[in-house]
Amino acid sequence: MTPRFAPGTHVRVAEGEPSGHVRTPYYIRGRHGIVERVCGAFRNPEELAYGRRDGPPVPLYRVRFVQSDVWPDYGGRPGDTLDVELYEHWLEEVTP
Amino acid sequence: MSATAHGHVDRSDEFLERAFRELLIERGVLTQAEVDARVELMYAREGAAFGQRVVARAWIDDAFRTRLLGDASSAVRELGIEIGALKLVVVENTPQIHNLIVCTLCSCYPRMLLGMAPDWYKSVGYRSRAVREPRALLAEFGLVLDPKRTLRVHDSTADMRYLVLPLRPAGTDGWAEAALALLVTRDSMIGVAEVVAPA
Repeated sequence: MTPRFAPGTHVRVAEGEPSGHVRTPYYIRGRHGIVERVCGAFRNPEELAYGRRDGPPVPLYRVRFVQSDVWPDYGGRPGDTLDVELYEHWLEEVTP
Repeated sequence: MSATAHGHVDRSDEFLERAFRELLIERGVLTQAEVDARVELMYAREGAAFGQRVVARAWIDDAFRTRLLGDASSAVRELGIEIGALKLVVVENTPQIHNLIVCTLCSCYPRMLLGMAPDWYKSVGYRSRAVREPRALLAEFGLVLDPKRTLRVHDSTADMRYLVLPLRPAGTDGWAEAALALLVTRDSMIGVAEVVAPA
């Protein structure tokens, strides 16, 4: 599967609360960040956790978020960042 | 295992682990020999020795450092370190940037390089505060970060594992690689400490 987003792309993390083995932390859902790198393609853990190994590998990204965008009352330095690994189906491109 | 309010030690995790392991063996999913071999392999890693070697080499060899930051798994294999399928990302501390590693969802950790994770790394307190108030957390580890340095927190939520390349301490020019490796601590490779040279 060719990755849809190149490094530098502005993305938004989906909201929603699907059940099962989800690797997208709650705190980052709905937040905007920038793709830092493409990590490769991996089996979807949401399927793998149930023993389903036949699905296509899903592109995985490291997305960088600005801490003060994640936590409005963040107490650290304004430029502090938080990188999170996210699978492609959790992301959509947004205009910066 | 955690201490309860009454001062007892709660061993329920241990019982759960044993029950689960015995069931897997009984059902033929695993054998006891496979479990033992895996435990042996992890203990044989002698703590953070492989991580120490990687950092020391990066400090003395700029070309290696560049390869390490570009494709860490390949660079580590160059040193003859067996890491299996580990997908490693190395993040570099600089005078302007400090890096901190956490896994908020569970306790993902580069065991192949650092050995068994310390208990605090798996604690709910560390896992939540490392993303929510990382500077206050670091201060409790004794690392008061210069407010002018940017802090980058990395949450290992999926298939990558992370290692911090700490800053080489001042006063170590000309040191041999093996001597440098001994200065590197596990905590500095997680990002909760810096490497200090002996006074």
